[in-house]
Amino acid sequence: MTTTAKQAALQSVPALLARNAVQFANSTAYREKEFGIWQAWTWKETAAEIDAMALGFLALGMNRGDYVAIIGRNRPALYWAMVAAQSVGAVPVALYQDAVADEMAYVLEHCGARFAICGDQEQVDKVIEVQGSAQSIEQILYLDKRGMRKYDHGRMNWLSDVQAEGRAGHSRFEAELAARRAELTYDSTCVMLYTSGTTGKPKGVVLSNRNIIETAKASAEFDHLGLNEEVLAYLPMAWVGDFIFSVGQAYWTGFCVNCPENAETMMHDLREIGPSYFFAPPRVFETMLTTVMIRMEDAGATKKRLFDRYMAHARKVGGAILDGKPVSAADRLKYRMGEALVYGPLKNTLGLSNIRVAYTAGEAIGPEIFDFYRSLGINLKQLYGQTEASVFITQQPDGEVRSDTVGVPSPGVEVRIAENGEVFYRSPGVFVEYYKNPESTASTKDADGWVATGDAGFFEDGTGHLRIIDRAKDVGKLADGRMFAPKYVENKLKFYPDILEAVLFGNDRDHCVAFINIDLAAVGNWAERNNIAYSSYQELAGHPRVLGSIQEHVETVNASVAQDPMLSGCQIHRFLVLHKELDADDGEMTRTRKVRRNIVEQKYADLIAGLYDGAASVYTETEVSYEDGRKGVLKATLELRDARVFDTGAAQVAAE
Amino acid sequence: MLDTQEGYVTADGRQIGGVVMELKNITLRFGGVEAIKNISFDIRTGEIRAIIGPNGAGKSSMLNVISGFYNPQEGDVIYKGYKRPRMRPYQVARMGIARTFQNIALFEGMTVLDNIMTGRMNIMKSGFLAQAMWWGKAAREEDEHREKVEKVIDFLEIQHIRKTPVARLPYGLKKRVELARALAAEPQILLLDEPMAGMNVEEKEDMSRFILDVNDEFGTTIVLIEHDMGVVMDLSDRVVVMDYGKKIGDGTPDEVRNNQDVIDAYLGVAHE
Repeated sequence: MTTTAKQAALQSVPALLARNAVQFANSTAYREKEFGIWQAWTWKETAAEIDAMALGFLALGMNRGDYVAIIGRNRPALYWAMVAAQSVGAVPVALYQDAVADEMAYVLEHCGARFAICGDQEQVDKVIEVQGSAQSIEQILYLDKRGMRKYDHGRMNWLSDVQAEGRAGHSRFEAELAARRAELTYDSTCVMLYTSGTTGKPKGVVLSNRNIIETAKASAEFDHLGLNEEVLAYLPMAWVGDFIFSVGQAYWTGFCVNCPENAETMMHDLREIGPSYFFAPPRVFETMLTTVMIRMEDAGATKKRLFDRYMAHARKVGGAILDGKPVSAADRLKYRMGEALVYGPLKNTLGLSNIRVAYTAGEAIGPEIFDFYRSLGINLKQLYGQTEASVFITQQPDGEVRSDTVGVPSPGVEVRIAENGEVFYRSPGVFVEYYKNPESTASTKDADGWVATGDAGFFEDGTGHLRIIDRAKDVGKLADGRMFAPKYVENKLKFYPDILEAVLFGNDRDHCVAFINIDLAAVGNWAERNNIAYSSYQELAGHPRVLGSIQEHVETVNASVAQDPMLSGCQIHRFLVLHKELDADDGEMTRTRKVRRNIVEQKYADLIAGLYDGAASVYTETEVSYEDGRKGVLKATLELRDARVFDTGAAQVAAE
Repeated sequence: MLDTQEGYVTADGRQIGGVVMELKNITLRFGGVEAIKNISFDIRTGEIRAIIGPNGAGKSSMLNVISGFYNPQEGDVIYKGYKRPRMRPYQVARMGIARTFQNIALFEGMTVLDNIMTGRMNIMKSGFLAQAMWWGKAAREEDEHREKVEKVIDFLEIQHIRKTPVARLPYGLKKRVELARALAAEPQILLLDEPMAGMNVEEKEDMSRFILDVNDEFGTTIVLIEHDMGVVMDLSDRVVVMDYGKKIGDGTPDEVRNNQDVIDAYLGVAHE
């Protein structure tokens, strides 16, 4: 009875705050580096700050159901503002701080925010700029006072002043605040987050307290997260992951959220904090690895030899030791030596010494990068999630980690694969609705609560792990009915540093062909080291030795694709290296650097035809736009090459 | 019309105070060369005062007179109501005047933090022996100074290079570090000698914002020399125009822009 009563009381984030302020009163809740020192707040102090802010919001007339835009980098006071807004029954809406004014205008207008809480002058300026169209904004609050003195403060307040006002008026507003907090239930809205909107306008995903708290609870149990975890909050506050990690899980387990000094000091702050639980997109892990490798190139001969030798050993046994698999005593001993000499110091430099659980998600991570971190003994895992799911759909349990799967369904999540390969899920984290967009809600979520991910994937036989292969709309069929999943193969190609982009064709054809874009930086560097002279991108892209090395990559990828019975049809039979980089200015890519498949297919129809009719070379003229808007024509004769393909399941040469 | 001690209100609504420094009939000679010829103007509390002019007009010399590096042969510098006697530059610095240099003058081998700390040298009270021994009061004092320095670092957003040796920084950041060092001295008057020389547009925008913020946040009076006309006209409240050592204009940016002598000086007219 008491447990149920307690559970009933913990049905909102403010309720969790009240619990933490008593139960974890003197544990650190937030840290932020400011003026060169880590400033800390305990849960008790945090609760007092949030109370003052909530009272101040009441004094400003914030109503139930008001939308409160929060725009800025990760800072404790902005997290507090979210919880304070929830406390008075309003709904926080976090916006991407690097959004340009236009994008901001759409979101502010769409949610009809009455209050905008900004990190600094830059964000305030943007809000003022869009106030013409987003007329609902009544009050702007800001955190950093710098440069704000000259602004008209008729409808503008410094957040600390709001808190002071709240403290001063506490006897007037305290009863009202208590009443508003008591009204919050499991079904009241916890937060609204906008999807980034790669297709069409952003959609406001409404997440309830149930979504957030149930998800936080389940995921914290899955990875045994506790009070003593340290996390670094550095990813955008508008991203659902940050909300789950830095608010959901932090409030559920009571662990400490650390905010970096500013964006540029992130790596340094990471090292000072040494988080035990860490999330980063593949890009961050890639950058870290590149930095290490570059610095090792410059290191002395002894150090370099030591590094190479022990890293080779780590690659051999590190992953297995981490997964708890049997490893010989001699290898273990050598790994320990490596830990003392190489891995330990390296992890310390990267700030990853204390990692217990690390996740990456968002896009495919290169297997070498993934294995590098695992082999060092860092428990890096993958998860698959969406804003609509309150992040978690699948994740990898300890001991079952691989770079090519995204794990098993998270606790409480049901996953099914539709006829066409699309992944559907149902869970307590499933979003309530898209705000003011019933059509999209209906087309995404069915009456039984199943949500379409838009991704195609399948469960692997034997392990029960989900593998995501592509966006569902891009998945097609070859002429003989085998599955065509271009992105799956393209990603494998793009893991090679000298391949920048790859575009696979094959829908409704009898086999696949590919366009490759070389990475000028990587290939240029290689050419320099090998004394290969070239005068232009085009010349380098057509160099026989470049083509030769690309061909090796294509064939290695073919061999690996052939291992997979479902996808073996996607092997590349012929390919060419494009004479120009695919470019957003020519409409071949989106501004976020995603290839527009249809446009590329139309524009280079002559090349595709050449690849399919077996020509050895094709002459082509391509229109290009220069940055200043002029147009030009690029003429080139491209060499088309055949690549070896392999039999399904066996790495043997097939007769072509 | 600006002769009263009451000051004036700027176009963007800031209240400017009374005269903090008055330069009266300044003439500066180097041997036979007259670098500054009988120039008078004043600087008021809280304003951003620009000195502009073509190359060789005597702008930097003027700044050096204000900072006490040069002593004019004729004329008086009236600072806070008193005629300033001949002084060494460090004595002037102790009276609340700090500066940056046209050619960056930082300690290249030292970190950003240490460089900015040197800006507080003049304010430190403990002796250098006590500081070297890190003894008693000196240690406590350094903590206080470090706190002030950290505020400046935060203000100018250079946290990420706190521990980086200055030699490794790009030009634009070095300029910002120099500004930080000048600010660390908590000056009443800040002299900026071409703060934006050699910067790209983005760096210029950043620097402009910092200059405005310094003026806004600390109420610091700023005297700056700058070549970029757009920047000067946007930033400053009043402008002195010099040409061949003479003052040819003085007033608000608009007044100066429409002054025929100024137009001639910039567009080029045959000098007699």
